[in-house]
Amino acid sequence: MAKPQLRSVETAPAPAPPAFSFQGVSRRFGAKSVLSNIELTVPQGEFVAIIGKSGCGKSTLLRLLAGLDQPDGGQISRAQTQPGQSSIRIMFQEPRLLPWARVVDNVAVGLTGLAGRAEAKARAHDLLAQVGLAGRDGDWPSVLSGGQRQRVALARALIGQPSVLALDEPLGALDALTRIEMQHLLGRIWQTQGFTAVLVTHDVAEAVILADRVIVLDAGKVALDLAIPLARPRRHGHPDLALYEQKILAQLFGDEAI
Amino acid sequence: MTAGSNRFGAAIGWLLPILILLMWEVMSRLGVITENVLPAPTEVFAAFLRVLKSGDLARNIGVSSWRALTGLAIGGSIGFALGLANGLSLLSRNITDTTLQMVRNVPHLALIPLVILWFGIDEGAKLFLVALGVFFPIYVNTLLGIQTVDPQLIEMGRTYGMDRRALFLRVILPGALPSIFVGLRYALGIMWLTLIVAETISASAGLGYMAMQAREFLMIDVVVLSILIYALLGKLADSFVRLLERLCLQWHPAFQKTARS
Ligand SMILES: Nc1ncnc2c1ncn2[C@@H]1O[C@H](COP(=O)(O)OP(=O)(O)OP(=O)(O)O)[C@@H](O)[C@H]1O
Ligand SMILES: [Mg+2]
Repeated sequence: MAKPQLRSVETAPAPAPPAFSFQGVSRRFGAKSVLSNIELTVPQGEFVAIIGKSGCGKSTLLRLLAGLDQPDGGQISRAQTQPGQSSIRIMFQEPRLLPWARVVDNVAVGLTGLAGRAEAKARAHDLLAQVGLAGRDGDWPSVLSGGQRQRVALARALIGQPSVLALDEPLGALDALTRIEMQHLLGRIWQTQGFTAVLVTHDVAEAVILADRVIVLDAGKVALDLAIPLARPRRHGHPDLALYEQKILAQLFGDEAI
Repeated sequence: MTAGSNRFGAAIGWLLPILILLMWEVMSRLGVITENVLPAPTEVFAAFLRVLKSGDLARNIGVSSWRALTGLAIGGSIGFALGLANGLSLLSRNITDTTLQMVRNVPHLALIPLVILWFGIDEGAKLFLVALGVFFPIYVNTLLGIQTVDPQLIEMGRTYGMDRRALFLRVILPGALPSIFVGLRYALGIMWLTLIVAETISASAGLGYMAMQAREFLMIDVVVLSILIYALLGKLADSFVRLLERLCLQWHPAFQKTARS
C-alpha cells in the first residue's frame, strides 16, 4: 500500500505563492558567523522542518523570521496578511504562559490588538476545546502538566490565525508519549487550518512524520533540502519514513556514523 | 486539608499565648512576679478599661495610627514610584540609584536629633521618620521585583504585539507583585518600630506618649498596656497585608488552596 501513497503527490498543482523567503540572509554575533547566505523560499501552507546540530543557528533563523532579530545581510520578505490576522507567531520550547493569568486569558493574549476582550475570551474558549483542554478555562497555569501548558501555548499561537507558525522545539521538553500525542495534534490542526508551519526540532522522526520538507542546517548553510512526499496521516515506524530518516541522519553525521 | 482541620490549625496557634497569659497571672498572684516589675494581666485589663473610659486610649490609638498610615502612604508611594521608574528606565536608575543606595546605609533612627531640630516635636518629625523608614524596603523590593521579571515572558508579550502599557500592566507589574508584597510587609515592621521610637522620644499624643506619661507617674500597668497595643496593631497590619496578598496572588502556587495535602 506504500506505492500508491507515494504517487499521490506527484501530480503537483501549481505552486502556492511564497509565505516568506530568505534571500542571501546572514547573521553574525561578534566575529562568529552563525548564518551565512541562507536562501530559502517556503510556499504558503507548507510544513517545513528545520534540523541541525545544537548551536548551528536554528533558533537564530526562527528569530529572524519572526522579526525578533535583524539580519546583518540579505533580505527577508514575508507575504501580506489580511486585517484581523496575525502574520507570524512563534512558539518556544518553554510554554511562556503568564502565571498570573488564567488559562483562557493566556490564550486570549494571542489576540492582543486583534480583537476586543469579550470576543477574545469567547474564541479562546473555543480554541481550548480544539487543543483538548475543554473545561480548563479557569485554571491557573501552575496546575497544568507540561504537555497541557504547551497545548495552551499552541492555542495562544493559533488564535490569531497566523499565516506562519514558527515552532522552536516546542515539544523538546515533553516525555516521549506526550510528544507523540502533541505531534498528532499539531499535524491535525495544521491540516485543518492551512497555515505555513516552520518547525525546529532535534527529533528526526518528528520532522519526517510532520513535514512536507526537511531542511538540514550545517555550519550556517542549508546542507540538505529534502521533500517528504508521503501521504498523511503518517504512522510512526512506517518503513517509508525510515528511508527519509536515514537520508537526514546520513547528512547530519556522515555515512560512516550510521 | 478540610475546612474544619484548617480552623483547628488556626486555633491551635492561640493556645500558647493563652497559656503564657495564664501562667503570668498565676505567678503574679503568687507573688513570684512583683507588681512593680510586671502587673498581672487582670490589672493590665483594668488599666485598659480605665483608659478606654476616659477616652485616652481611642485618642492615642487614633493619633498613632494616623501617623503610621500617613507616613506609610507618603514613604511607600515615593518608594514605589521610584522603584518603578528605576526598574523601567535605565536612565532613571543611573541617575538616582547610587545616591539612594548611599542614603540607605544611614540608619534612619540616627537622624532623630537632626529631625527634631528641623521639625521640633511636630507631627512633621514623626511623619518624616516613618516615611523615610518605609521608603527603602518598598523601593528596593519594587525595583528587585521588576528586574527579576522573567525576560522570556517580556519577549513573549512583545511578540504578541503588546504595547508598553499592556506589557507593564499584564506582564511586568503582576510579575513584580510578590516582591512588592515582601517589601510592604517588611515596611510595616519598620513603620511601627520607627513610630514607637519617635513617639517615645518626643510627642504630645500617641501611644508612645501615653506610655511615657504613665512611666512618669509610675503607672506600670498602662506602660504594659501600651506595649501590648503596639503588638496588636502590628499584628493587625500584618494580617491585613496577608489577606491582600492572598487576594492578589491567587495564581501563585504558594497561595493556592489545593484540595488535598
Ligand atoms: N544574542 C546572541 N549573542 C551572541 N551569540 C548568540 C546570540 N544568539 C545566538 N548566539 C550564538 O549563535 C549560535 C547559534 O545559536 P542558536 O540559538 O541559533 O542555535 P540553535 O541551532 O538554536 O541551537 P539549539 O539546537 O541548541 O537550540 C550559537 O553559537 C550561539 O552561541
Ligand atoms: Mg535553539
